[in-house]
Amino acid sequence: MAAQKSDSKSNASAEDLKAFYYDMLLIRRFEEKAGQLYGMGLIGGFCHLYIGQEAVVVGLEAAAEEGDKRITTYRDHGHMLACGMDANGVMAELTGREGGYSRGKGGSMHMFSKEKHFYGGHGIVGANVPLGAGLAFSDKYRGNDRVTFTYFGDGAANQGQVYETFNMAALWQLPVIFVIENNNYAMGTAQKRSTSTPDLYKRGEAFGIPGEAVDGMDVLAVRDAGQKAVAHCRAGKGPYILEVMTYRYRGHSMSDPAKYRTREEVQKIREEKDCIEHVRDLLLTGKHATEDDLKAIDKDIKKIVNAAAEFAKDSPEPDAAELWTDIYAETAPQNA
Amino acid sequence: MPTEILMPALSPTMEEGTLAKWLVKEGDTVSSGDILAEIETDKATMEFEAVDEGTVGRILIEAGTEGVKVNTPIAVLLEDGESADDITAAKGAVQDAKPSPTAETPVSQPAEAKAPRPDRSPDWPEGTETKKQTVREALNAAMAEEMRGDETVFIMGEEVAEYQGAYKITQNLLEEFGAKRVIDTPITEHGFAGIGVGAAFGGLRPIVEFMTFNFAMQAIDQIINSAAKTLYMSGGQMGCPIVFRGPNGAAARVGAQHSQDYAAWYAHIPGLKVVQPYSASDAKGLLKSAIRDPNPVIFLENEILYGKSFDVPVMDDFTIPFGKARIWREGEDVTIVSFGIGMTYALAAAEKLAADGISAEVIDLRTLRPMDYDTVIASVQKTNRCVTVEEGWPVASIGNHLSAVIMERAFDYLDAPVINCLGKDVPMPYAANLEKLALTSTQEVLDAVHKVTYR
Repeated sequence: MAAQKSDSKSNASAEDLKAFYYDMLLIRRFEEKAGQLYGMGLIGGFCHLYIGQEAVVVGLEAAAEEGDKRITTYRDHGHMLACGMDANGVMAELTGREGGYSRGKGGSMHMFSKEKHFYGGHGIVGANVPLGAGLAFSDKYRGNDRVTFTYFGDGAANQGQVYETFNMAALWQLPVIFVIENNNYAMGTAQKRSTSTPDLYKRGEAFGIPGEAVDGMDVLAVRDAGQKAVAHCRAGKGPYILEVMTYRYRGHSMSDPAKYRTREEVQKIREEKDCIEHVRDLLLTGKHATEDDLKAIDKDIKKIVNAAAEFAKDSPEPDAAELWTDIYAETAPQNA
Repeated sequence: MPTEILMPALSPTMEEGTLAKWLVKEGDTVSSGDILAEIETDKATMEFEAVDEGTVGRILIEAGTEGVKVNTPIAVLLEDGESADDITAAKGAVQDAKPSPTAETPVSQPAEAKAPRPDRSPDWPEGTETKKQTVREALNAAMAEEMRGDETVFIMGEEVAEYQGAYKITQNLLEEFGAKRVIDTPITEHGFAGIGVGAAFGGLRPIVEFMTFNFAMQAIDQIINSAAKTLYMSGGQMGCPIVFRGPNGAAARVGAQHSQDYAAWYAHIPGLKVVQPYSASDAKGLLKSAIRDPNPVIFLENEILYGKSFDVPVMDDFTIPFGKARIWREGEDVTIVSFGIGMTYALAAAEKLAADGISAEVIDLRTLRPMDYDTVIASVQKTNRCVTVEEGWPVASIGNHLSAVIMERAFDYLDAPVINCLGKDVPMPYAANLEKLALTSTQEVLDAVHKVTYR
């Protein structure tokens, strides 16, 4: 991971660090529970876990303000929790129940929240990139200074529509931050086997879009880079690319036998780079928190996640009549 | 309390698997992420990780056991302070794992009313003044009127602004509404269709012009996966009020890649509305409805019809609702159903048939989704015969679909099989004579009518 390390430790308050610890741990425990429920047959189909990548979305959410938008691909549970969506509603969507964000009709890959300005949850690799630029277009059209975080992976970075979008985003100076979550594997294909030039943050150069690589295992570095990108967009200077170097510990989806990388590779990153351990160390060595404080957080999170799992099991399946609803809107949607 | 470790489902389709190998033994301590066992599914051998920490208290299924059902307890994990003696107290999570019962009665689509109830109200009040207008002028006026009335409406596409439209449909819009709302795009259909859909998610009302619908194939994923399905996938939260419009179907001598009728393609997709007008008044009234509609609308125009003139009512706000066919000629002997440029063959045939003493009822569907089945069924119940006319290819055409609906709802009324007049099952040739042969024709409609009327 050849990312630039920012000197970010100095400007993090105890409150910030605790919030990061909390938010990242919530995602991890939530995802572990989702994995468990999948194993029990309560979650079906595809289920892409975010474990290992938590610092990316938590760091960037720390740079966002009310009204900023976000859109991502199918590895989306972490993004939803980080922007404040309810764990119960997300988990119940995973189990396909009435209490889910899409009332059970979307599943793991398709959830949305108008209230939190979360625009999904998209299953076609790369397709959410022009959508994100379109959301940014709507803000620019209205003349406000909101920005759109458009997340996609190193795999999506090879899709043609990404470059069509880069061109128009730069041409029209759209306030969009392209966040490339580079976890080094497009499903099972290592980046070096799929990508002619390794530095994805430079992919905007041809369009005049500035970009930088960020250590995605360091939540403070991600936040700092996010703030810089947000300031650029809010100032009306057009799009910005962040290539956030991260790592996914689990398989691409649940049925991934992981033969494309070694157990040792995963273990080494877990031991040396884990984003949650990193913040935990900062909290303890900086005497911002005691072991007991952190245990209390762990306990709170366990409670939330267990409650979400119970909710997701108890919530009924959608009524059969739901099959025929939401195909066409009767009235115009509320403005975002 | 000791925790049972259950045989996991490791793929969307796995029901059972082989417990190939244990990588821990009784008494080992494990933490979250440690590999417990290797499990063979139908696809691969997978490593199975611990989720909780604890001590392996007992292994319940031996390595090498085949056909272990998902959710069978395979081991027991002890927490701090527990011993193997506590295991009998362990309560499995197996009961929890049963999915809740699925709905027993499959719900079918709301049953169509048996008797057709066609809406025969006039499109505009009797006595309204009309003026001659081309389809091109009508489309242009519809957009201009809607843009005046709603700031969130804008148009984007190739050559829509400074060039004034490749087919001059957007003429003068740049001058009136400015570059913010009339936007020239690069030649990049996939990208700008996606940006349009994103802008609609963001609450705007984009009109996306495809220079022709042939190029929309570059953008088909955004139209179907993003525009049409998101309302459903979001449980009704997200809307996508967008119009994709442009010329569709064969023009004249432009070859295979530029001559294709997409009516049946788009009509196939739940979540889309699909319009294919023939006349200028319909072009205007339906485009205004499309721009106001809260759903994604595919608006299929035709280059050859752009310059054709029709009567258009002079009204402040003239719209045509979706799902309402128009009866152009009333008749007794046969029903001819068409839409778009197919109407030119249908009407020409009806004229000739009248001279031969055969009275044809000619129906213009106007919108293909929703489709006005009632008007068609009521007509077939009267004439007992039906011929459909379109330029699209035969397999899974609009005519095929209508034939099936007529068979279901009016089988006993039919005195002859329904005949579909269609484009030929070939890519469009360039040579003038071959191109003519590849399309349907007035003569083919006449032949079909003679066949179903046995005269």
